[in-house]
Amino acid sequence: MEEKRPDPDLLLDQMRRETERRREGQLKIFFGAAPGVGKTYAMLEAARKKLSEGADVVAGLVETHSRKETEALLEGLEILPRKSIEYRGAVLKEFDIDAALSRKPTVILVDELAHTNAEGARHRKRWQDIYELLGAGITVYTTMNVQHLESLNDVVAQITGVNVRETVPDFLLDRADEIELIDLPPDDLLQRLAEGKVYVAELAVQARRNFFRKGNLLALRELALRRTAEQVDEQMQSYRLGKGVKDVWPAAERILVCIGPSPFATRLIRAARRMAAGLRADWIAVNVEAPGKVQPTERDIKGLAENMRLAESLGAETVVLSGHKASEEILNYARSRNVTKIIIGKPTHPRWKDKIFGSMLDEVVRGSGEIEVYVISGDKTAPAPARQKPVRLRTPAKEWATSALVVALCTGVGFLMRPEFTIVDIAMVYILGVVFIASRTGNAPSMLASFLSVAAFDFFFVPPYYTFVVNDVKYIVTFIVMFIVSAVISKLTLRIRSQAEAARIRERSTASLYRLSRELVHERGIERLREIAAKHIGEMFSSRAAVFLPNAQDKLEVPESAAHTFMLDERELSVAQWAFDHRQKAGRWTDTLPGARGLYLPLVASSRNIGVIGLVSDEAAEELNPEQIHILENFAHQIAMAFERSFLAEETQQALLKAETESLRNTLLSSLSHDLRTPLAAITGSSTTLLQQDDLLDRHDRRELVFTIIEEAERLNRLVRNVLDMTRIESGAITVKKEWLPFEEIVGSVLGRLTDKLANHQVTAQIPDDLPLAPFDPLLIEQVLMNLLENAVRYTPAGTVIELSARAKEDELLVELADYGPGITPGDEERIFDKFVRGPSAAGGIGLGLTICRAIINAHGGRIWAENREGGGVYFRFTIPILEHPPVVETDEETVRFKS
Amino acid sequence: MTGIKGLILLIEDEPQMRRFLRVTLQSEGYDLIETPSGGEGLSQAATRNPDVILLDLGLPDLDGLEVLARLREWSQTPIIILSARERERDKISALDSGADDYLTKPFSAGELLARIRVACRHKSMRDSQAEPVFVLDALKVDLAARRVFLKDVEVHLTPIEYKLLAYLVRNAGKVLTHKQLLKEVWGPAYADQAHYVRVYMGMLRHKLEEDPSRPSYFINEPGVGYRMRSE
Repeated sequence: MEEKRPDPDLLLDQMRRETERRREGQLKIFFGAAPGVGKTYAMLEAARKKLSEGADVVAGLVETHSRKETEALLEGLEILPRKSIEYRGAVLKEFDIDAALSRKPTVILVDELAHTNAEGARHRKRWQDIYELLGAGITVYTTMNVQHLESLNDVVAQITGVNVRETVPDFLLDRADEIELIDLPPDDLLQRLAEGKVYVAELAVQARRNFFRKGNLLALRELALRRTAEQVDEQMQSYRLGKGVKDVWPAAERILVCIGPSPFATRLIRAARRMAAGLRADWIAVNVEAPGKVQPTERDIKGLAENMRLAESLGAETVVLSGHKASEEILNYARSRNVTKIIIGKPTHPRWKDKIFGSMLDEVVRGSGEIEVYVISGDKTAPAPARQKPVRLRTPAKEWATSALVVALCTGVGFLMRPEFTIVDIAMVYILGVVFIASRTGNAPSMLASFLSVAAFDFFFVPPYYTFVVNDVKYIVTFIVMFIVSAVISKLTLRIRSQAEAARIRERSTASLYRLSRELVHERGIERLREIAAKHIGEMFSSRAAVFLPNAQDKLEVPESAAHTFMLDERELSVAQWAFDHRQKAGRWTDTLPGARGLYLPLVASSRNIGVIGLVSDEAAEELNPEQIHILENFAHQIAMAFERSFLAEETQQALLKAETESLRNTLLSSLSHDLRTPLAAITGSSTTLLQQDDLLDRHDRRELVFTIIEEAERLNRLVRNVLDMTRIESGAITVKKEWLPFEEIVGSVLGRLTDKLANHQVTAQIPDDLPLAPFDPLLIEQVLMNLLENAVRYTPAGTVIELSARAKEDELLVELADYGPGITPGDEERIFDKFVRGPSAAGGIGLGLTICRAIINAHGGRIWAENREGGGVYFRFTIPILEHPPVVETDEETVRFKS
Repeated sequence: MTGIKGLILLIEDEPQMRRFLRVTLQSEGYDLIETPSGGEGLSQAATRNPDVILLDLGLPDLDGLEVLARLREWSQTPIIILSARERERDKISALDSGADDYLTKPFSAGELLARIRVACRHKSMRDSQAEPVFVLDALKVDLAARRVFLKDVEVHLTPIEYKLLAYLVRNAGKVLTHKQLLKEVWGPAYADQAHYVRVYMGMLRHKLEEDPSRPSYFINEPGVGYRMRSE
């Protein structure tokens, strides 16, 4: 027998889910068949037990319905105050999620999972509150009745005749760590009801008549028991899975349900969900849209979106297919996804339609092959999905007028043609007119045009003229054919137009998404990305958009640019923050905090939470439809990816920089310790000798020692100066203070200051008399010249010439320093400007001089480079850009002599 | 030892610097009052009436510029600023607000003594009348006759060139900031037009210096101003 080892992937998945759960709070649901079975009571009992075990238990919200036993159990429990929410004049007491989150108990009791919150609360539904609590690591005890479960909603409605509005998605029940079924036989429950333990007297009578009929209670009880059993079964499965018992896992089933916009589809969805749950199969809800076939009404769009949402909330994958032949699309897709069962609705239209147009159902059944097809009947209680007229704006008067005018025009042309052409040609002119009208106006005006054309044709051109009477019967046929042809043409033209329109809209969103991603790819800077994202989203959804990024504490910050357009107050920002923290959209048109002015979408990238994108539209703006939301989410995804790329690049850069700084610091330290100690040793040695052996030294020796001290002190001074300069340059503390001045002046002061050092070299300076003023910082450029000259002195033999020259080029000053030394090792021309790079014969240099030069010249916008010159020696050249005209200096006339 | 050459007030907080200056100055025959703080320096200046004040800009109690401003409220005593290099830009404000000269640390004893001599001379010149004729190597400026000679050959200058030269000569040895020169020669409206001074200094160099790129009379003090060599 084959060894049954647990599937490692499944095991890992299970473990991952378990650890996630552990971080999250535990969810315990007290599940019942009907009100009054004692769920709240059981929950309180469990809470008291927990409390006695020492857990931190808080009653977040408990509805006692004034039942005495229940109230007694509440005693001794910490009760969280409720939040008052004013709604249309009434003050409603709701569960205070913020208080619960900040109190952060280990266990919290929140009654009635299916409750719908008052408007103004953070979430629409209480189960969303609970979901958030779980996310925050708080264990939640809650209660619910079977009739509130989404997937059983229709069944319950069928049994009881009561349509329950407040539903809870099934995944919450699946998510529950523990479900405790509170079971009470119907007779006992009715007994309790009669005793007034459930409702007060009058209410109880009414309830008994409606909901609490024995048949109802029996059916509900069965449902609750079955659902709980399913849940237990599932847990058993998952347990066995871990233990290597594999063969209980059924062959992978996949169910596909075809849905449309009608309310009837909800039945199909629920049926599919039940089947999927029973088979433990994945399921897919599919809608096929046939482009251009039928124009969807607004109600269709809404209905379909609602159905899709329902399917999603029940755990389905939702897919929209598009194609002319629905049956083909469905079957192809089903095959591509290995679907084993297709659920489809019974047709509601009359049979003759199938005879003419062919039956979709029939085609699916015939073409399904090995796939099983389940046909489910429509809901009789649901209103027949009467086709609503496509909602269209009232046809503007202008279109009617165009229609009439064009027909009149065709008549005019017909008159001109009458003498020369046959009557058939004139009919063609009318048809042309109808095509023109159909391409410009709506349905009704083009139909009118068809009709008018036939009438005008008859009146003006069919003998006898100017009467609708027709002599020849064959013209009747002509009229009919003419009317049909023009009507069909106008229909076709309209359809092409609407298809073109739809294509244009889709095109637009695709194109703008493409533009966005293209722009995003080319940008790196966070600010630029922000701008681009805000611009594109703003354009696409005609609203103001902005990207909010978190600070180091993960609190969102408002970009300055958006501060005034958004007018973000605390409340709006907290909505955005919520969207960020929970990685879910929030705000206007969502289920979370729908009262907000803006819609906030989280930007989630693969490795992190990037931020939030906010959209504010006009008060009157229409709600975004699911298609638009989908596009928006696509946009958000692109943006998030771009930000992530940018962040990653930045981080890499920083890591590199850090490593570089680290190694630089080490080089600097080792360099400094050597460079500082050498002169210090010489100074200490010389001065101690002077102090202790004063008698033994002759005048010459003493002078030697003193000179050593002076020289080494100067060297130290230079060293410290360079290190300080470098530090200042690197920290950005050096600012270039440009002034207009003659370069000659700098040369003069540098040569003056270096007189002693240059004593052993012959320095020539060639500066043209008419050299224009140049803009530079005299102190910094003096430093550059000093460093270059000191370098030249250090690296060239005594007695050689150093040539300094400057000349003006078009828009820059070019300074050149040429020496006759040994030159630079070829290939090192760039490297010598790097930090701590010294020449082979460096005496007393630290390898910062040229680096400082480069930094200063770069700060001036110029370039500095070195080249070996032919015949030995090096050129050092640098440029200072002169981009403006030098200021004019008015000089006075030269006077021959002053009168005294 | 009594002050033969003059009395110097040294306001400096570094003991090593004070020791070096004490030895140097006393051996040169100056009398010395030392104080490590600005506050005490101010009272010493008032009570002892020194001939020259050496003021360090980086003092622990008061800002050197503050001490300078308070001294200048009542005293005309020459003040030489001693400053570390990182306070380069402070030097201009110090000179503009009345300091006579500055020395950047580290400096040699020779430099210091030269500056003190110039300061003392200016003090005595202010007291007496200025010398009408200034002679330095080959350059001769007759301030009374307003004539300039180089190697006994008369040099022709424009009125502004002469005005500039005369101002430098009268303050020979002392640093003059661009601002001071502009105000004096062109008038206060030109105080920010440093390129005027620079262009005219260039013209003077070309007319009076043997090698304009290695001036020997007009010393450039980068970023600060100019100094006419005095000895």
